Amino acid sequence: MSSDKAVSRKAVKKASAGKMGFGAYMRRYWQLYLLLGIPMLYLLIFKYIPMLYIQIAFKKYSIVQKLWEMPLAANHGFQYFIQAFSDRDFRNALRNTVVLNLLDLIIGFPIPIIFAIILNELPFVKFKKFTQTVAYMPHFLSWVIIYGLALQLFAPSTGLINNIITNLGGEAVPFLNESHHWVWTYIFLGVWQSFGWNSIVYLAAIAGINRELYEAASVDGAGRFAKIWHITLPGIKPTIVILLIMAIGNILGSNFDRPYALQNNLVMDWANVLSTYVYRRGIKGLQFSLTTAVGFFQSVVGVFFLLGANWLSRKLGERGIW
Amino acid sequence: MNTGKNKNAGNVVLVIICLIICAICLIPMLNLLARSVSSTDALVKHEVYLIPKGFNLDAYTLVLKDAKYIRAFFWTVFLTIAETLICLFMTTICAYPLIFKELKGRRLINIIIIITMFFNAGTIPNYLLMKSLKLLDQPLVLLLPGALSVYNMIIMRSFFYGIPDSLRESAQIDGASHFTILRSIYVPLSKPVFATLALFYAVGRWNGYSDALMYISNSKLYPLQLLLYNILNNINSVEVATQEGFSAPGLTESLKMAIVMFSTIPILCIYPWLQKYFIHGVMVGAVKE
Repeated sequence: MSSDKAVSRKAVKKASAGKMGFGAYMRRYWQLYLLLGIPMLYLLIFKYIPMLYIQIAFKKYSIVQKLWEMPLAANHGFQYFIQAFSDRDFRNALRNTVVLNLLDLIIGFPIPIIFAIILNELPFVKFKKFTQTVAYMPHFLSWVIIYGLALQLFAPSTGLINNIITNLGGEAVPFLNESHHWVWTYIFLGVWQSFGWNSIVYLAAIAGINRELYEAASVDGAGRFAKIWHITLPGIKPTIVILLIMAIGNILGSNFDRPYALQNNLVMDWANVLSTYVYRRGIKGLQFSLTTAVGFFQSVVGVFFLLGANWLSRKLGERGIW
Repeated sequence: MNTGKNKNAGNVVLVIICLIICAICLIPMLNLLARSVSSTDALVKHEVYLIPKGFNLDAYTLVLKDAKYIRAFFWTVFLTIAETLICLFMTTICAYPLIFKELKGRRLINIIIIITMFFNAGTIPNYLLMKSLKLLDQPLVLLLPGALSVYNMIIMRSFFYGIPDSLRESAQIDGASHFTILRSIYVPLSKPVFATLALFYAVGRWNGYSDALMYISNSKLYPLQLLLYNILNNINSVEVATQEGFSAPGLTESLKMAIVMFSTIPILCIYPWLQKYFIHGVMVGAVKE
């Protein structure tokens, strides 16, 4: 025990001296490498080995052959990419993914910012806390549960909203079973689920703004809107830019849980997105090469969009994400 | 004077906006709750809005008798606890070594970790990996693939950075090993971040269904949300209802709603208590990259 102590004390002293032999270094740090080994092994198996499987996008998949034995696909390996782009179903999924993500961005992105500013302007602390707690709630619901809630609200003959409309003498609105209505229901539910949660970041950013700026502005006679426009918004601009870059990087990304839970056969012409296309064609339809190609295309485009948005924001004089 | 009046009028407008927002958030839940405890008669006649009519708890007592649902519920409780513990362990042992600036290879390890945040191999490569690991249809497939979230690891690491180095250094001089330092200094001091990440991981597992949809075909291993999905889409009927010969549409509807309520309540009971912690967690995650 005491000799252990002496050794480590020596090691600490050596470290502070700035030079340490490999043996001493390892004696001091081997435990850290041991700890890191487990997560690294996890990343290797569950994140990096799947990247090896990307090559089946360029190969003719066969169950009986090993990965490296499969022959290259036609057209220099690009057969499946060509096949995807000549598939109407894929082009439809691509369009829907982009359109739904863009609508999410245009409508869903500003709302948390506005909500955070409203909360910040609210002078009643208890009421503010209550509103926050309520607004965070939808984030904790699964998409299956939200689908269940949506059925009770929007179903054509039994939903709450349509019951009210028909009782008032109106005509039921097909929120869930007509494509164009479905798109807006989908966007609404997305905003409903995430606006409160996404406002946290902006609230935190607002809390970081120097209070003296507001006081000085008040002395100068600035009103509420002037303060929001000239102090709050510039103060949270870096946060807005970072989140915008991430959102743009995700323009082709497609979450699975939300569209899959909400879609139904009547609205597939607008509800079919890349993630559900890959699931149906790949895991259900066993077209592994085709769907791996689609997934790879999605990832690569995602990285390019992210890099592009980052480059653009730096060009415009903002801080990028790295 | 005038500005004061304006300000008050502004506050009234703000409060009204917030009340509307609260209503929009709560109405779907209230509507569901009211329907789940209303009489089938009132439901069939579309008379229930936000206040129950013909109050009864039949649907709830029926759900509690449904063996399939109860099994899925406890299976999911188990999965959630197990996943949360595994994830917290993995996140901690990944975050702790990375706070040592003098650790050789730290830069490389950071790059290896960050790449996985921005580039994902895709659904099918992941599926094929599970297949070749012989994990398909195994309970472990619901636990292992999500064992570490890099994003959450960054949150924990930032929290660790906030713990003064001097605490660790003096323990090191006293001869404490890294395992001891981690266990007796870092873990006890990091309760807020543990609470936050436990919530994130638990919610993720409790609410997740796509991994089960893709990797599990044995319906006995279905987590709650997948069973719920099937029930809502009439792929699985509610067992008790069919067994006991209930075919009234009103009752199956209120049964579905009772099941949705049951599946929601555990998380809704937990999150308000952790609010002050997770706000901090989200903040750190967004600010530090």
